[in-house]
Amino acid sequence: MTSADYEPASLPDLLPLYYRRLFPFSQYYRWLNYGGVQKNYFQHREFSFTLKDDIYVRYQSFSTQNELEKEMQKMNPYKIDIGAVYSHRPNQHNTVKSGTFQALEKELVFDIDMTDYDDVRSCCSAADICPKCWTLMTIAIRILDRALREDFGFRHLLWVYSGRRGVHCWVCDEAARKLSVAARSAVAEYLSLVKGGEETVRKVVLSDPIHPFIRESLAVVERYFPQYALQDQGVLGHKESVDKVLALVPEDILFMEQIGGGPYYDYTVHIQCQYNMPLSYLLSQSTVKKGQHFEKEIMLQYCYPRLDVNVSKGVNHLLKSPFSVHPKTGRISVPIDFKQLDRFDPFDVPTISRICEELDRPRVGEEEEQVDSKEKDGDMDAVERRRIRDYKRTSLAKYVKILDQFLDGVARSNKGELLKKSDLQKDF
Amino acid sequence: MQFPGRQRKVIANPKAELYRHCLQFYGQPPLENISLTEFETFAVERLKLLKTVENLGVSHVKGSELYTNKLDKEFSNLHFPYKIEVKDDAKVGPTEYEKRRKDHISHFILRLAYCQTEDLRRWFIQQEVDLFRYRFNALASTYKTSFLQHNNLHYDTVGLEEKMVLSDKLISSSYAVSGCKVEDQDYYKVPFQDALDLVRNRKVYLKAGYVYIPNQDIIITVLNDFRTQLSKALALTARSLPTVLSDERLQPLLSHLSHAYVGQDYSIQKSIGKISLEQIDPLSGKSFPLCMRQLHQSLRESHHLRHGGRMQYGLFLKGIGLTLDQALQFWRSEFTKGKVDMDKFDKAYAYSIRHMFGKEGKRTDYTPYSCMKVILSNPPSQGDHHGCPFRHSDAELLKQKLQSYKVSPSGIAQILDLVKGMHYQLACQKYFELTHNIEDSGFSLNHPNQYFLESQKLLGGAREVKREADPPQRAPDAAVKQPPNPQPLAEMTEDLDAYFQDG
Ligand code: SF4
Ligand SMILES: [Zn+2]
Repeated sequence: MTSADYEPASLPDLLPLYYRRLFPFSQYYRWLNYGGVQKNYFQHREFSFTLKDDIYVRYQSFSTQNELEKEMQKMNPYKIDIGAVYSHRPNQHNTVKSGTFQALEKELVFDIDMTDYDDVRSCCSAADICPKCWTLMTIAIRILDRALREDFGFRHLLWVYSGRRGVHCWVCDEAARKLSVAARSAVAEYLSLVKGGEETVRKVVLSDPIHPFIRESLAVVERYFPQYALQDQGVLGHKESVDKVLALVPEDILFMEQIGGGPYYDYTVHIQCQYNMPLSYLLSQSTVKKGQHFEKEIMLQYCYPRLDVNVSKGVNHLLKSPFSVHPKTGRISVPIDFKQLDRFDPFDVPTISRICEELDRPRVGEEEEQVDSKEKDGDMDAVERRRIRDYKRTSLAKYVKILDQFLDGVARSNKGELLKKSDLQKDF
Repeated sequence: MQFPGRQRKVIANPKAELYRHCLQFYGQPPLENISLTEFETFAVERLKLLKTVENLGVSHVKGSELYTNKLDKEFSNLHFPYKIEVKDDAKVGPTEYEKRRKDHISHFILRLAYCQTEDLRRWFIQQEVDLFRYRFNALASTYKTSFLQHNNLHYDTVGLEEKMVLSDKLISSSYAVSGCKVEDQDYYKVPFQDALDLVRNRKVYLKAGYVYIPNQDIIITVLNDFRTQLSKALALTARSLPTVLSDERLQPLLSHLSHAYVGQDYSIQKSIGKISLEQIDPLSGKSFPLCMRQLHQSLRESHHLRHGGRMQYGLFLKGIGLTLDQALQFWRSEFTKGKVDMDKFDKAYAYSIRHMFGKEGKRTDYTPYSCMKVILSNPPSQGDHHGCPFRHSDAELLKQKLQSYKVSPSGIAQILDLVKGMHYQLACQKYFELTHNIEDSGFSLNHPNQYFLESQKLLGGAREVKREADPPQRAPDAAVKQPPNPQPLAEMTEDLDAYFQDG
């Protein structure tokens, strides 16, 4: 996925400008400092930078927001990753006794990557995406967001576009940050339905009774399936893809279908496959035989979110940071507004060239100069105020606002037991 | 110090207090001095018990009648406490006391022997957890309750009103419950972190961070606590281990104990450098287990393997004797036939190969994966070819694969039967027997590299690929009869407790 206005070769020239005038340092620090509730939380956090020519520097850490800014403006990283909060300052990890330097906490994270869907999408493959397959990400976010909130009781979920072909989720609740490796892997497995590698054809197998979590997830898939799979992807449109679906249907049912004939309830799409069998029937009828859920399994295999469990499991696993630039596409890794999820368009996400250019445009009106009253009474220095004015003039503004709103939520959570309880009742 | 409630002076009447219940959570380490002889006997007997637990777990369905009966027998043979529910403290007779003491001390000795590597810890925890499950299930329900109270394990129950509201969801969340009425069923409500096994398998209803556990499944939460505590304790013990190992009488004994039952780890090869890269293709057809053959094949076909596959196959190759240089050459030549150029290979992949050989990063010398590790951890996902074909392939694909490898239809049927019963290693061993034309392989398979060595031995390739001088010990007796420590009768004066300090 390349974007018309971005040229990878220009990245070294754009990055200094981006880090000097646009990167939202203050929100970024506000996020990772978590209200200063835990001592040294920001200071013990690992950052890692990818520099020019794929040079990878791990175990960076910073004492203050200012130090972070200075360092990023000096190194101008192509990519920024965020790691765990460690027992010691990561940049001093070599100086502590071996074995004592340990990853203690990190947000619970999820990584969903479009390449993992290659066997079930016909429009693109590998790193490419298009509006047709992006629906898969929308489905994934809806399913996981619901489960993480309702089932696991988490409340602070930051969804982020990776900048190229996927999405990340950062679960920032205190309880989530403190989860053990075992707990993280249990959560990830609870959320995984599509299982098996290249040696497995049927990757979703359901059995009775169907767990409420699967029912809820199915409801989401069913909502998108006709438009997404039957129309956009044409899953039943041509021989190869029909054969793929048939491979997932148990043999005894295929057999029944062929000798049966008879009037079938028809689905939204009228496609007859080469066996002259209304396949739509297969996808619409509920269980033919008790205990068989093949039509549900097929829908899930085609649409259910495919998680990279290993990313979620490790406390010390690194994940690309929000507001990092994707060096190939130039797109900024921006937060996604869940309330506007269906309207999120990855192709509309600004590239670094676009926002740098917007900066050079003549100012439009006075109101753009306005700084929120909240920001006014802070004790920000001139540089900080100027940066706020800068990003507000670009299409980055609305994404920084999403982060701001998210952080307000996190801050409210920190304010005592009482409020927490009443919020819980409201939410559930 | 992490052993909770560990305070000498509090225990006024240690005998009655410490061993009040026939089942223990092993919260407190033993505080007494014991002789080296007793130390050794206890340890060896518990190992025998754990080995039985392991073997039964592989060949029988856990918790089935046969499984339970056989374990019952082993318990009485080895004199471990079992099922004896003492009505009150006064009745703790010396025999029962002795058994409980042995249970207690032997567990802590094995912690010392099995804390050192991830593989050892995994094995030990797995067997201890299975053992605990079996013993807990054997308790009458009043004793279960008293055990929970005694160990401060409190779980909240769910009120009738809430049960009725959630009725549908509770029923469809648990196999145990379907068919009976929710109002007649007791539920516990615990934070999901305390019932990870139930969460992982979606065996419970989960709401707002709490799981609703039917009464009869509470064992899983207890087991979860047990497992967590044990794994933390092992990590702590590992840290204090250098002190323990400085005792020259204990060091050989402990290392002998840990090697006797898990088998070798196939990390140090006498055969290093005895294999040429040209041999890999023919060997993969003849002597590789299916998991490695599959990885080799897909590597040759797609000129690439994802991380999980590179680790599993790379370490196996190291285990059969490839040198670091050979490994680099092998992977480079294959990867560069695909989408990766030399430069990219050196940047992105060479590091991880040197890493495998302990030449980068933490400089840990990684050991080849055992079957248990392949089967249980990191299952393959989209694009992956690693894992165990007996565990991670569709039955239909496995069948086709076996057919293409010319296994007879009756052989295939036997293998698929074992797979259905979840006896993956036995299925693999059956495959070994069928493809090597022998009736009984005479070993019990637990490692892909063992498969390779055994195959080479049979095919007479042993001249080129030498076995280790020290073969894995299989029969428990062998281990018992040849203690490597020449001074078993020396008296130990050290306080055993000292070994469990947090160093
Ligand atoms: S049982 Fe072990 S050796 Fe055999 S295929 Fe599975 S993992 Fe490989
Ligand atoms: Zn597409």
